[in-house]
Amino acid sequence: MPILNDIKEILTGLSITFRHIFRKPVTVQFPEERRAMPERFRGSIVLTRDPDGAERCVACYLCSGACPVDCISMAAAEGENGRRYAAWFRINFSRCILCGMCAEACPTLAIQMSPEMFHCKRQVIDMVYEKEDLLIDGTGKDPNYNFYRHAGTGVVQPRGSGAGEQAPADPRSLLP
Amino acid sequence: MTWTATDIALMLGKIVLLYAIILTGAAYLVLAERRILGFLQDRIGPNRVGPFGLLQPLADVIKMLTKEDMIPKAADRLLFSMAPAMAAIPAILTFAIIPVGAPLQLFGRQVNLQVADLNVGVLFFMALSSVAVYGIALGGWASNSKYALLGSIRGLSQLISYELSMGLSLVPVVMLAKSLSLADIVNAQADMPFIVYQPVAFVIFLVSILAECRRIPFDLPEAEGELVAGFHTEYSGMRFGLFFVGEYINIISLSSLASLFFLGGWRGPLLPPIVWFFIKVGLFSFLFIWVRGTLPRLRYDQLMHLGWKFLTPLALLNILVTGWWLALR
Repeated sequence: MPILNDIKEILTGLSITFRHIFRKPVTVQFPEERRAMPERFRGSIVLTRDPDGAERCVACYLCSGACPVDCISMAAAEGENGRRYAAWFRINFSRCILCGMCAEACPTLAIQMSPEMFHCKRQVIDMVYEKEDLLIDGTGKDPNYNFYRHAGTGVVQPRGSGAGEQAPADPRSLLP
Repeated sequence: MTWTATDIALMLGKIVLLYAIILTGAAYLVLAERRILGFLQDRIGPNRVGPFGLLQPLADVIKMLTKEDMIPKAADRLLFSMAPAMAAIPAILTFAIIPVGAPLQLFGRQVNLQVADLNVGVLFFMALSSVAVYGIALGGWASNSKYALLGSIRGLSQLISYELSMGLSLVPVVMLAKSLSLADIVNAQADMPFIVYQPVAFVIFLVSILAECRRIPFDLPEAEGELVAGFHTEYSGMRFGLFFVGEYINIISLSSLASLFFLGGWRGPLLPPIVWFFIKVGLFSFLFIWVRGTLPRLRYDQLMHLGWKFLTPLALLNILVTGWWLALR
């Protein structure tokens, strides 16, 4: 009798769903509970510092040039020692698509993607992050890298004395 | 019987109390459904508004009331605005005949915990469930939309088909109780609930009330995969809310009728009668939600086959066997 088989199937289904009532829900209740995201997850953008604690960003505009949605803007300024920095640096996260192109473009590893996810906001204006909001105290993904140790501009050390850098050639000595 | 002022006041009190209980019950049944369905699917369900999400129904009502109430340009305005009420009112009216507890002795007079003890209670219930079809039929037709019309056509044929098996499955109950009044039916189950004598009728009634409530697996009138939302596609705001609440009131009323007809209503050991009644209604409501979380939707031909080729003949056979048994006993 097929009907008996049908009834058996229905009862099996009911018993399975009943057992699931007592199972622990798989839901992660987001704002209170957070799942640890993978290291390379692109959740937000941070500005990192070099190992000495100074800002890595040299305000070269490459990140804002690479950004496909034009959400990064800044103004460059120069310090007394000739070192460039960003006078202000702004990321509009309401436009940001978290693609990571800015982090790829950055020559000094200043701008990096972070697995931290930020809250959603009630006001759009709260999604605009300034430099103070973006700067973190740590070095991010590459702890020992310091741009000025490699490429000198005569700011932190004499020209040509950086790591892996050759001393500038004397053009006169090259004369035949 | 002459009506004194006390009688009228008592009646009004009962009606107001019943309204409050039904509407609150329906609102919390929605919440219970969402929570239990969540647990069935390894989720949590709404728990944000108030402790354990207990204020969620309030938030839903506020949302429904503040939403824009749209009427399509091509709709039949009068019928369109009347249809939700026509769906909800019969569901509420059914409660008039449901005894929720044993008669009380208050100040030397007997108070039935029932708004009206009709001597044709079962027929009244059958009539109201037929009237409820108009809400769906007219709501879908007046929307002037193809999905709504298809949904209401399905709803009509489904409700008419399953009303038949539902009515026929109640005939043995009436034969055993020898009365159409619900109070008498409950009294007839003093020794033994009818589910013991009538398991087949119970199963037929259960399947039929699932179909009467248009619940999964019989939710073809509002099959969201095929018909957007079926007969209430064009409804928004509190008009949709009325259809929605009407459906849940229907669940409560059919659950209470199922417990009255087959489980002995408010009768039970130890606990007070009203508590027993609520436990039984709660069990049936849970069954509705549980089935929704388990079974997929039937195909239309399967629905009709089940109703006409299986449940109705089985119910007729059941009447015949019950008749023989009663005659030969």
